[in-house]
Amino acid sequence: MSIALRQVSKRFGGVAAVKEVSFTVNEGELVALLGPSGCGKTTVLRMIAGLELPTAGDIWVRGQRVNDLSVRQRNIGFVFQSYALFKNMTVFRNIAFGLKVKKWKPADLRQRVTEMLQLFGLEGLEHRYPHQLSGGQRQRVAIARALAPKPGVLLLDEPFGAVDAKIRQELREWLVRLHHDLNVTTLFVTHDQEEAMEVASRIVIFSGGRLEQMGTPREVYEAPANEFVARFIGVMNVLEMEVRGGVARLGELEFPAPHHAESQRLRVGFRPYAVQISPDLEQYRYPAVLRHTFFLGIMLRLELELPSGLTVRARMTKEEYAHLGLEDGRPVSFQIRQYRVLATETAPLTPEVAASYAAPPTFGEHI
Amino acid sequence: MAGAPKYRPGLGLSASRRGTEEGPWVKWSLVGAALAFSAVFLVLPLVNVFVQALSKGWGAYEAALADPDSWAAIRLTLVVAGLTVPLNLVFGVAAAWTIAKFDFRGKAVLVTLIDLPFSVSPVVAGLMLVLLFGLQGSLGPWLDAHDIHVLFALPGMVLATVFVTFPFVARELIPVMQATGSEQEQAALTLGASGWQTFWHVTLPSVKWGLLYGLILCNARAMGEFGAVSVVSGHISGLTDTMPLRVETLYQEYAGTGAFAMASLLAVLALLTLALKSWLEWRTQRGYARAERAPVSAPRP
Amino acid sequence: MDEKRFNPLPGFGLTMGYTVLYLGVIVLVPIGALVLKASALTWGQLWELATNGRALAAYRLTFGASLVAALINAGCGALLAWVLTRYEFPGRRWLDALVDFPFALPTAVAGLTLANLFAAQGWLGRFLVPLGIAGAFTPLGVVIALTFVGLPFVVRSLQPVLANLEREVEEAAATLGASRLRTFCAIIAPSLLPTVLTGFALAFARAVGEYGSIVFISGNLPFKTEIAPYLIVIRLEEFDYAGATAIASVLLVLSFVILGLVNALEGWANRWQG
Repeated sequence: MSIALRQVSKRFGGVAAVKEVSFTVNEGELVALLGPSGCGKTTVLRMIAGLELPTAGDIWVRGQRVNDLSVRQRNIGFVFQSYALFKNMTVFRNIAFGLKVKKWKPADLRQRVTEMLQLFGLEGLEHRYPHQLSGGQRQRVAIARALAPKPGVLLLDEPFGAVDAKIRQELREWLVRLHHDLNVTTLFVTHDQEEAMEVASRIVIFSGGRLEQMGTPREVYEAPANEFVARFIGVMNVLEMEVRGGVARLGELEFPAPHHAESQRLRVGFRPYAVQISPDLEQYRYPAVLRHTFFLGIMLRLELELPSGLTVRARMTKEEYAHLGLEDGRPVSFQIRQYRVLATETAPLTPEVAASYAAPPTFGEHI
Repeated sequence: MAGAPKYRPGLGLSASRRGTEEGPWVKWSLVGAALAFSAVFLVLPLVNVFVQALSKGWGAYEAALADPDSWAAIRLTLVVAGLTVPLNLVFGVAAAWTIAKFDFRGKAVLVTLIDLPFSVSPVVAGLMLVLLFGLQGSLGPWLDAHDIHVLFALPGMVLATVFVTFPFVARELIPVMQATGSEQEQAALTLGASGWQTFWHVTLPSVKWGLLYGLILCNARAMGEFGAVSVVSGHISGLTDTMPLRVETLYQEYAGTGAFAMASLLAVLALLTLALKSWLEWRTQRGYARAERAPVSAPRP
Repeated sequence: MDEKRFNPLPGFGLTMGYTVLYLGVIVLVPIGALVLKASALTWGQLWELATNGRALAAYRLTFGASLVAALINAGCGALLAWVLTRYEFPGRRWLDALVDFPFALPTAVAGLTLANLFAAQGWLGRFLVPLGIAGAFTPLGVVIALTFVGLPFVVRSLQPVLANLEREVEEAAATLGASRLRTFCAIIAPSLLPTVLTGFALAFARAVGEYGSIVFISGNLPFKTEIAPYLIVIRLEEFDYAGATAIASVLLVLSFVILGLVNALEGWANRWQG
């Protein structure tokens, strides 16, 4: 275990920013703290670094309780969202700073900085000042500076927030490779679920200061713990249904719900990829009309309208679409292969309550 | 009643082409008036100092400055400024650090109190020190019993000068430190730097121009202060006369050339101050422009 | 620490302690000494000392001349600021730098050279004195010196506000058919007013306390050209500490009133920034 939080809370004045958060990060993992802005994820990161103090709870870094250690004693590499490069120092001196204050020998210091410059592809830029660098270069200097003193863990606050969309993709791949090469326990904050899914080996999802779920990208996508996670990670169709005769119903749609009481209201979700479509009107159970097709590159998003007026979102590849001979306005039939009961209506659906909803995840096959 | 707009030549206010500029007639009258006002209140007084100082020739000028009492005044001015400026420098840095980097209750009150000496008349400031350290005053008898001389001596003059120049460094430094934020300092701390290391290597370099600006203004006022110092100095020629006080002494002795000669040195100081100040302002503006035009080379991930 | 915003930067205790200590020793203790001295007098004594004929004449001159000088500075300072920010003309940068000259020049030198300029044989006096306009050793001289001393306040307050004024608003007014004069009166002037008032108050406050330049130009004749700060010095030279304290108290209270006024004005001015 490299980082562990136990019941950590943080209040700013009267506002609870982080509420009893516990999680563990293993040695060498690359973990994303994901959530909408203001959910407390950055506060969690800053508490691990010692830039904020927790109101309650314990924080452990590499087997040591660090609550009472100051920032400088924690041996943590921190990369700020704005990078916070020292404007008055060259690239070389920025990277060397952490070594200098730790009183490295000049020869060792020079060697380490040169090593970092090579590793980060910054050779030739060592005498430039931050204002003479591009956004991507600044980010690499910031990470190199944080890693130079060989920290126990690396923390990054929205590392891709300040670079433009075009190079963001390259930087993500680069970060994954870098982590693979260096194997430093890395924790980064992001509000972009796609980024978290792509880069992290595990994701911690926050909302309203509370930890909603922690798991691999696959786990949080396929088995979201609650409606918040389901909606935040990827697209999901969410329907409010009522149980009648052991079946949850809304319009034409019906899902077996044998464990739920009569006339109970349920929220049921299914991913667009779980919707199977056929141009053959007899093939699947539900009839619908393909109302609109959105071309999103290789994947397409489809909007189906049922006779009752209900709208269902589906997705498929371009090839599949062409193969089925679909077009807007065409009548089709469809079925839903996989769905989840996200919440019951007896409990109102705030994220907090959704999180406490104890029913085991129910996966159903449906024809 | 909307008639076609009439073109009225010579009436610049309505004849401007773009509608957001005044016509040339208005513009040049305004510029002319501003230049005339500046000529009377800025240029003529400045030129007059040097012309009067040299009115009896270079020899008389040199002779006026060679007077031992004048030399003593120059030396004393340098000593007073040399003590005042570092004192207010240390204070300004401490106050700026506390106010710019931390949130606390009563910050607005503290900032107002720091600005307070600017709104106290220098003569009143001098009087306060007389009331405090004079024989009639609160501490006077005790100081006298221990043979410590504050009034009519260097300590009193330094205290008076420190009082009137009190806010300069702090009020220049606070906005600069606030503008740079604390993230660079936090980054230094995560890299293991101590408070002093952070201050010396990160904070100080990023505020050095603002600091210098404050120092220049503080120094100019410290060397030129008249009212407060005049009240506590006792005006003893050769002993407690600073340069501005010496100007008055010579003026009252009807030694016009001497007074203007001494004044010309102070005017040179003022011009140097203005030059340095303009250079610093130009530098800061160029710094912003440079940051905007920063060459951005192709990123290499 | 729990409920307060934690700050990882060190040195708060040290710098805060030093700031308060230094502020106390240099500024608050001397002010305390004055307050102590003033409170040793009864209200009647204080009133008597602060409002005798000579003191009243001195206030009249001090406040009257300061008011006139600050008004001149409000008008001419606004003109200078407008010309410096809006127009390009030869020597603009030199003039811009020179605006701070009254701040940089020791007041004694200012008084000396102004007295000489407006004296009968001076560069300006030789033309003005025959016209009956005597600058030196008259209340007019006091106004001239105070105008010089307070000149940068209005200009320097206004310049950033003028530079930040959105040109689009003026262009909008023009597209709506407003004349330039109309635009100026209806759009520009109201948004400048709070700043002009702030600069005016600052110039006035500075003028009320001014001493160095006046000593040279006014002649310091009791009841005629004697200003309040000079009267304090006279009382001190007569070892009349109570009298000096009484007049100083009046000036000090006035300073605080103006300081509060300036703060309020700045708050008002900032409201326009939205």
